[in-house]
Amino acid sequence: MKIVVCVKQVPDTKGGVKFKPDGTLDRAAMLAIMNPDDKAGLEAALRIKDEDPENTTVTVVTMGLPKADEVLREALAMGADEGLLITDRVLGGADTWATSSTIAGALKNMEYDLIITGRQAIDGDTAQVGPQISEHLDIPVISYAEELKVDRAAKTVTVKRQFDDRYHILTAKMPCLVTALSELNEPRYMTPGGIFDAFKKEVTVWGRDKLDVADENIGKAGSPTVIAKASDKVAKGKGEVVTPDSPAEAVNYIVGKLTEKHVI
Amino acid sequence: MGLEEYKGVFIFAQQVDNEVSSIALELLGKARDLAENLDDKTVTAVLIGSEVGGLVDELAEYGADRVIVIDDPELKEYRTEPYAHALASAINEYKPEIMLVGATAIGRDLGPRVSARVHTGLTADCTVLEIGDFPLVAVPGKEDEQKHKQLLMTRPAFGGNTIATIACPDYRPQMATVRPGVMQKIEPKKGAKAEVVNYNPGFTPNDKYVTIEKVVKEVSNVANIMDAKVLVSGGRGVGSPENFDMLKDLAALFKGGMVSCSRAVVDSGWMPKDMQVGQTGKTVRPHVYFAIGISGAIQHVAGMEESDIIIAINKDENAPIFEVADYGIVGDLNKIVPELTKKIKAEQEAKANA
Amino acid sequence: MDFQLSKEHQMARDLFRAFAEKEVKPLAIEVDETHEFPRETVKKMQKYGFMGIPIPKEYGGQGCDPLTYAMCVEELAKVCGTTAVIVSAHTSLCCDPIMTYGTEEQKQKYLVPLAKGEKLGAFGLTEPGAGTDAQGVQTKAVLSEDGKEWILNGSKCFITNGKEADVYIIIAYTDIVEDKRGRKQKKFSAFIVEKDTPGFTFGTKENKMGICGSSTYELIFQDCHIPAENLLGQRGKGFNIAMHTLDGGRIGIAAQALGIAEGALDRTVAYVKERKQFGRAIGAFQNTQFQLANMATQCEAARLLVYQAADAKANKSYYGVEAAKAKLFAAEVAMDVTTKAVQLHGGYGYIREYEVERMMRDAKITEIYEGTSEVQRMVISGALLK
Repeated sequence: MKIVVCVKQVPDTKGGVKFKPDGTLDRAAMLAIMNPDDKAGLEAALRIKDEDPENTTVTVVTMGLPKADEVLREALAMGADEGLLITDRVLGGADTWATSSTIAGALKNMEYDLIITGRQAIDGDTAQVGPQISEHLDIPVISYAEELKVDRAAKTVTVKRQFDDRYHILTAKMPCLVTALSELNEPRYMTPGGIFDAFKKEVTVWGRDKLDVADENIGKAGSPTVIAKASDKVAKGKGEVVTPDSPAEAVNYIVGKLTEKHVI
Repeated sequence: MGLEEYKGVFIFAQQVDNEVSSIALELLGKARDLAENLDDKTVTAVLIGSEVGGLVDELAEYGADRVIVIDDPELKEYRTEPYAHALASAINEYKPEIMLVGATAIGRDLGPRVSARVHTGLTADCTVLEIGDFPLVAVPGKEDEQKHKQLLMTRPAFGGNTIATIACPDYRPQMATVRPGVMQKIEPKKGAKAEVVNYNPGFTPNDKYVTIEKVVKEVSNVANIMDAKVLVSGGRGVGSPENFDMLKDLAALFKGGMVSCSRAVVDSGWMPKDMQVGQTGKTVRPHVYFAIGISGAIQHVAGMEESDIIIAINKDENAPIFEVADYGIVGDLNKIVPELTKKIKAEQEAKANA
Repeated sequence: MDFQLSKEHQMARDLFRAFAEKEVKPLAIEVDETHEFPRETVKKMQKYGFMGIPIPKEYGGQGCDPLTYAMCVEELAKVCGTTAVIVSAHTSLCCDPIMTYGTEEQKQKYLVPLAKGEKLGAFGLTEPGAGTDAQGVQTKAVLSEDGKEWILNGSKCFITNGKEADVYIIIAYTDIVEDKRGRKQKKFSAFIVEKDTPGFTFGTKENKMGICGSSTYELIFQDCHIPAENLLGQRGKGFNIAMHTLDGGRIGIAAQALGIAEGALDRTVAYVKERKQFGRAIGAFQNTQFQLANMATQCEAARLLVYQAADAKANKSYYGVEAAKAKLFAAEVAMDVTTKAVQLHGGYGYIREYEVERMMRDAKITEIYEGTSEVQRMVISGALLK
């Protein structure tokens, strides 16, 4: 069984988002990490591999700058078999539509039974690329997987996912695409030896010429959406913070404010 | 693509179990507002489901001039493929200028698939939609290249730390998913009627149709925290599931008051996922949001910062929650919350007797 | 000379740091207070190969260099001194001598499960009457008449991983010879002893000042029969084996000391930004700033010595002096930095919740075990004056 996992390198927002003096995002000041939902997707793939290591390969695909090689190494150190980096200047500036058609353009030249992507990336928060890839490949999609089971004999994937107020348990025929939530699992750590091996491995690098996608569907030119204005969030004015001497004083303070605002 | 062929504002009228979702009505409210600034002021709802004809009047009352009804047994429970086929076919057939979809679980699954199929851009999780010029300011010497009456879609990214405004000038429809709870419904017009168009593009199951094995409604979901007027929200600092009783007592004092929580609490198994506020939970916008023992990770803040009044109680004076709180109290929640409940109760009783 | 860590080492450090923060740090206070050995943590470390980092893959290890191993101990020590020494004693004092001196059979039988972390290792040299002075060792091993077994009698004290280990390297004297001047000299040998060998029991559990969860026990051998094939290395070479093992162990302890110092520094930096006195964060006071500057510089210098010693172990046949310098300096830095960290925390520094007092207690042992600072000075000066 061949599993492809799509991952993205994103800035780590855990320690807070950092801005440059001019107010734009300071990506360099934030650590670059594997997007958490994607990592859960990778873990799900590795667990499927654990069930039958001899007959399963996990290939990790990322699209980005050459630096994105790091997330592939991390994935290899966690246990993935192969890595593919899609990188080319002509692919820059892509929106979700062009990104998904580009990645689909790579996947068309690969073999896969199951594609797993994260639900969404913590930098863009769109949750669009996974379902859009599935559309470009004309295969079924199940999004927001919280549990995932593969039936190799029947060539199906069964997924439990939460959809607002209900759970769905859905079965799709392979090949198909599943988007994973970080709730899906607790990703494994790398192993120290795995790290050193990962850097010895060859990561495949594909430029534009290796992709089965039309020129009008890649990069900035292939992106239907255009940024009209990007600005940092205007933070809400800071409120007041008090340190009352007693619970009673704290209560009086809160009740005072609630009364003032006509809540009570 | 003949852009001028695309006319009117369409919304995806999400229904679940043959009940119109609140987001559909919110989208209608926004669609009305946008249509006022366009040449074609028709607002169309696309209603997809099985035996959903009875929902047409409600959509009309909330602002739909026309309802395209796609009714088929295959559409009973939401599934990506038949719904994407339905909506994409309707778009190709009726050519909307703008297509709005709720950024609900369903909408965020459906939207991308449809946008890829009809080859247009999709802006996710918008919080502001306006009609305006693109570029916002004309490039000097290229004034005639500036496009007017474009949909400008504003959305937060980075867990709410940045915002961007997006346009889709060369493709139609201009498509957006819209965050629930942000747009305002209009005051319903009783007895309003809409033109009804029955449309069926044909549904032939293929490999893209997934099989529904089971649908399990969560019993815990009695009410939706997104509808609450007052939320008493607890974090890991609350200490134990039992301590949430304290929060429930406080919430019970307010009309439309409910308890919600942070992700840490869900992860600890103290509260169901339904009650979670934040990036991976729900976006709430109550009148009052009590953040109790919540440190205020940006993922949490992203889901509650639009609340009208935020009151935070935390023993750590450096907790980031205080950055967004209107009123922050540094102190022991175990002492303050029960006292607060007692005091508010007394105040309410005093007023009732006055 | 390259002061930049390779990408592999950077990623390994990130791994150890993430693991320490998520899996080890939350338990550190509890381990310290309950004196319970953190078995669950050890199981997790086993799963990710942390128990055999510098051991070749063919023997169940990770096949990494000593620097990677030292960084692991360092990152663990930043959050929990106990967990760090468990890994260090297991790897440096048990896996390493079997790797270096063991026969192929011994490696297959003992090293493979140890390096995989399926079994835990310990090392016994110190005795009630013999610490720094190895000649005081009273534990004796006698070969049975049929030559098939060694019979071990005596006891070892202050043994890290004492009751939790499965495999022990035990140093005992096997012969007494006369030196040139006619003085009696004990000749030592090293043995691999399995837990549950009849005649091998545990004595007192030591109640310690720091590294409280590391299961420090007395080992008692009473007519304990060990198969002859469990002699490690040559008969009579036990002292060399012990000394060489300790050279490696000192790199682990130096890394532990370094980590403790860095952990205390990290906490202090965070604390002085938060803590306000006289209306200012205490980090705004020059005394605080100068203290922090010194602490950071000390840590950096210690790190360079530790990494250099690890590099020497990888590339030189004798690295005892580098190891001694690293341990001497890092241990003293750990003591100094943690003491200052407590002081900068003021009253809170003395409270358990703030953890720097634990780090101060944990730091002290690094000046004592696997050769006291005085022994390190003897090693270093001995090389200078030879």
